[in-house]
Amino acid sequence: MLQFFEYVGKPFVLLIEAFGKVILLLASTIRWMVRPPYRIHEIFKQMEFVGVNSLPVVIITGAFTGMVLAIQTYYGFKMFGGESLVGATVALSMTRELGPAITALMVTGRVGSAMAAEIGTMRVTEQIDALYTMSVNPVQYLIMPRVVASIMMLPVLTIVSDFIGIVGGYFVGVRLLNINSGIFVARIIEFVTLSDIVNGLIKSAVFGLILSLVGCYKGFGTFGGAAGVGRATTQSVVISSVSILISDYFLTAVMF
Amino acid sequence: MKIELLNVCKSFKGQVVLDNLNLTVEPNKITVIIGKSGGGKSVLLKHVIGLIRPDSGSVFIGDDEISALNDKKLNEIRKNFGMLFQDAALFDSMTVGDNIAFPIREHTRFSKAEIDVIVKEKLRQVGLKRVTQKMPSELSGGMRKRVGLARALALDPKIILFDEPTTGLDPIMCDAIDRLIVKTQRHTNATCLVISHDIDSTFKIAHKVAMLYDGKIIEYGSPDKIKWSENPVVKNFIEGKSISEH
Repeated sequence: MLQFFEYVGKPFVLLIEAFGKVILLLASTIRWMVRPPYRIHEIFKQMEFVGVNSLPVVIITGAFTGMVLAIQTYYGFKMFGGESLVGATVALSMTRELGPAITALMVTGRVGSAMAAEIGTMRVTEQIDALYTMSVNPVQYLIMPRVVASIMMLPVLTIVSDFIGIVGGYFVGVRLLNINSGIFVARIIEFVTLSDIVNGLIKSAVFGLILSLVGCYKGFGTFGGAAGVGRATTQSVVISSVSILISDYFLTAVMF
Repeated sequence: MKIELLNVCKSFKGQVVLDNLNLTVEPNKITVIIGKSGGGKSVLLKHVIGLIRPDSGSVFIGDDEISALNDKKLNEIRKNFGMLFQDAALFDSMTVGDNIAFPIREHTRFSKAEIDVIVKEKLRQVGLKRVTQKMPSELSGGMRKRVGLARALALDPKIILFDEPTTGLDPIMCDAIDRLIVKTQRHTNATCLVISHDIDSTFKIAHKVAMLYDGKIIEYGSPDKIKWSENPVVKNFIEGKSISEH
């Protein structure tokens, strides 16, 4: 009987332990944010990596998400003569939900995995120990700039994704499916409020925190050579993606 | 600067690695710790620089007990250290020049021009030229070790730690690194602590040798004393004979 409880309970204990460690890493990261040196150069470097370099993938996924959304809603709404609402539906879906979520998932694949792999490689090749021996705290030098950059750049990428998605929806709706351009835009203005956009951006900042913190945490705890780096990278993408979707539900429930 | 380990114990998941270990490293000399692979030499070295804290016992650097210090004070003490890692642990994302300049930028207010001069001087000390713009991936194993040593020397440390400096190098490069360690110690007058299982290298460079076995220092003294030791474990290790585990 005890063995059964041990078998069932062990994953939960490990999960809670890991969660506790992530929270401690977050606390340490926040502590190092307000202590000099402020690592401005490193933060800008990471902002370029997280933000600027992610633009192509965010633009492509944003555009096609908006386009497919326009097609799907058009055929659904056409059944009861509601085609005029396609623009508003695309805009609301993009700003509230798909812009933040798709952007976060794309950035997780591109950036979260790279963070885990880079920091993990530094761990197994003793580069993190080297930082300690040079009296440089790796949380401040490696993790803090990545977390700050992700929190700042995810909302920016989400704005791009929202805009491109709506443009994609407009292209499909107006140009290909012959919805009236004026109505398409008017419905967007009518239904989309500032809070829809702002809440979406708040969600994306939270997603930025999650994907960077998980990526850095998995990388920082890497052991076992190249195989360990591979394991950390995979786990960081899986855990970040799942966490983003779960937190998305709760944030949506609270915000909207 | 003296290094002293008193009754240091360390276990990992129930496996005893250091068992009431006592060692005094004399200042301004080269001390080599020998012992079999996986015998705890690296763990010992990491205790000396505070990367690992002992389960019990004390580690002294000069008059400071580093095993009892908080991170802030420990970082101050660490500025006296330079460490050459086994695979050099150079930062992949930085050029050779930036690797060497890194600790200088972190802990001094020198201008860029002054840092460039120091970097060139440190590279000259380790016998390298025209590599400042190269990336670590473009260097050979021996060159990486030299750059690692140049970085370790960047802040003119009082203590230099070497983690298996000749492992993975060809015999000629081993000899070159050995000479470099001796030359560096003479030039800087630093306390050098080397861990190695390379007996030839050990006898070439050491002022003192300590043998680590079963988590304890079982023999300590001059290279001659170790060479003619009657202790069967030391004797077998020096002669390269396998010894039965118990």
